[in-house]
Amino acid sequence: MALPIYTTFGQRVWHYCYMAFCIFVLFFLVAPLIAVIPLSFTSTPFLNFTPEMLSLDPDAFSIRWYKALFGICGVDDTISTMCHNKWMTGAGRSLYYALCSTILATFLGTLAALGLSNQHMPAKRAIMALMISPLIVPLIITAAGMAFFFAKVNLSNTDAGIILAYTILGMPFVVITVTSTLVGFDRSLMRAGANLGGTPTYNFFKIQMPLIAPGMISGALFAFITAFDEIVIILFIGGPQQHTLPRQMWSGIRQEISPTILSAATILVLFSVLLLTTLELLRRRSERIRGITPH
Amino acid sequence: MSTAPATIDGPLLTADGVPLKASLEKSLRRSKLRALLLVVPPLLFLIFLFVIPIGNMLTRSVDDKLINNVLPQTFEAFEAWDKQSEPSEAMFEAVYNDLKNAEKTDIGEASVRMNYALPGWRSLVKRTARKIKKMKPPYKEAFIKADERWLDTSFWLSLGIMKDKRTLGYYWNAVDRTYDFDKNVVHQPDERKVYNLLWWRTILVSVIVTIACLILAYPVAYLLATLPMRVSNLLMICVLMPFWTSLLVRIVAWMIMLQQNGVVNDTLVAAGILSDDNRLSMMYNFNGTIIVMTQILLPFMILPIYSVMKTIPPSLMRAAQNLGATPTLAFIRVYMPQTIPGIGAGCILVFIVAIGYYITPELVGGKDGRLIGNMVAYHMQRSLNWGLAAAMGTILLFVILVFYWVYDKIIGIDNMKMG
Repeated sequence: MALPIYTTFGQRVWHYCYMAFCIFVLFFLVAPLIAVIPLSFTSTPFLNFTPEMLSLDPDAFSIRWYKALFGICGVDDTISTMCHNKWMTGAGRSLYYALCSTILATFLGTLAALGLSNQHMPAKRAIMALMISPLIVPLIITAAGMAFFFAKVNLSNTDAGIILAYTILGMPFVVITVTSTLVGFDRSLMRAGANLGGTPTYNFFKIQMPLIAPGMISGALFAFITAFDEIVIILFIGGPQQHTLPRQMWSGIRQEISPTILSAATILVLFSVLLLTTLELLRRRSERIRGITPH
Repeated sequence: MSTAPATIDGPLLTADGVPLKASLEKSLRRSKLRALLLVVPPLLFLIFLFVIPIGNMLTRSVDDKLINNVLPQTFEAFEAWDKQSEPSEAMFEAVYNDLKNAEKTDIGEASVRMNYALPGWRSLVKRTARKIKKMKPPYKEAFIKADERWLDTSFWLSLGIMKDKRTLGYYWNAVDRTYDFDKNVVHQPDERKVYNLLWWRTILVSVIVTIACLILAYPVAYLLATLPMRVSNLLMICVLMPFWTSLLVRIVAWMIMLQQNGVVNDTLVAAGILSDDNRLSMMYNFNGTIIVMTQILLPFMILPIYSVMKTIPPSLMRAAQNLGATPTLAFIRVYMPQTIPGIGAGCILVFIVAIGYYITPELVGGKDGRLIGNMVAYHMQRSLNWGLAAAMGTILLFVILVFYWVYDKIIGIDNMKMG
């Protein structure tokens, strides 16, 4: 932001202070995440920057923690306990739960959004409030409620139970994103399709679906990342068999904190950047096909 | 045009000869039905796996059936007792019968419940239950021989607290109060007071975090809203990236930043601002909870304020200045009032998310950064006092639902946007 020529000295000072403040806040948001990345390449088992690292000595850096993360252990590796590889199996589990629950959540959430966007839907506001409520109710309460209930219906410590629980958490995101893509949806398109002889199902898949697809995908991404990172529910309703990646991180933070956690964190940060980019591209595409151009 | 020209006075007909009104009503009904059919499966799913479990948990907070089922005769005998005289042989016989008939696990659970009413019950019941098979009448002597505490009438009197099948006792416990033997609500003794402090701390932390988020978010949101799209999109990534990164990753990252040998302390020492033995302790205490929660919840504040600011035309500020206002005055009188919906949305959102936080305080809060969510988890997993956990959860849920309702009234949940 270039300042106009007529600004006074006071305004200039104020402006630079303001910019400095904003930079500080943005820095506050991302600095911790950025600090993780170099530290994950440390060669020591400690979680702080050594003077050697700061002087960029190549010996101070290593990829031993990435090896440990992926379960590759050298002979010279003194810490061998890290090699029974709970990280990889945990990631696999998380991926499995996240994928299954995302598919379910996307399907159910889209149904709900389609119904709720119908102008004749009765009790719309109340149902919408209910559909969104899993986002608002604290996870600890959801988890406690589910723990009691799932124990009663024999769903605790099962994969099915966790997938169902994650579906509940993911559904509101899909409802929100699909509803917002439906706001600008021109209903006369559907009537035109019907007029041209399409059955309602055919019309849905040919006309409506491509238009709400960006909403569905971004909702699905939210649902996926929520399930993939979820920690509270799994602590309450998961047994030792349901050892997910967040759980591994949790026990890592609480018990044997080592730089392996940082290498996992680095990969997850990169993963989130990837997701974010996908989402941004989707949003642009959605705006383009709905004829809304960014100004 | 050609179908129904004759019936100008009569109802308007469609091509099939049905009155238009009826035909429209039918199609409306069908449209309603279709919408309902779409909503029903996800709604049922939500009700079965979310609403019922939580409702179920709420009933647990007032439920006191178990003990009444395990010790029916005891409570009958207790009702017949005048609460003054020494416990009679009939009362001991009732306890004997109950303990003999009950399942071992039930006795265990009941004794835990009785221990909440009066500490000591658990060991008393367990010890007696172990010897119950060998007992012979008269039971009074046999019981006293098994454990002398049966002479202490306070144990008998405490049964009065538990005799109803529904109790508000857990709610009172959750706010540091308890029943005396006549079922009056009294304060807990000072050494057992913990929860009021935690409630206040939870509210305090949520308020501090909300205010801190507002102060940090408002200028940034303004910057993002006024910069050209290309630059602001780039900066938006800084806002959204933490939003998309795993909570645990962010906590680990903060541990690196804030620990004793962390990046912040190292930098301050290297810059000569702090001496080496005077490092700030910012982790595993109250400060840690505040700092980390503020960073985690900041996007929830920036995004709503930003989306409101985006809709305010910049020409309004120029018009105000044109009319003689200084930039500051124009900002305060013209711009700020229009951002209030965004501020409200952000504050409510941050507050309700903060008040139920559990993971962050657990990992970075240490002793004095724990919140009420941690107590719920503690009673769920460690002490297994589920009634108390449910009662605290219910109070928390109630507070949050009130704010959620306010949010819906003011902003409308359909306006909630993601990213």
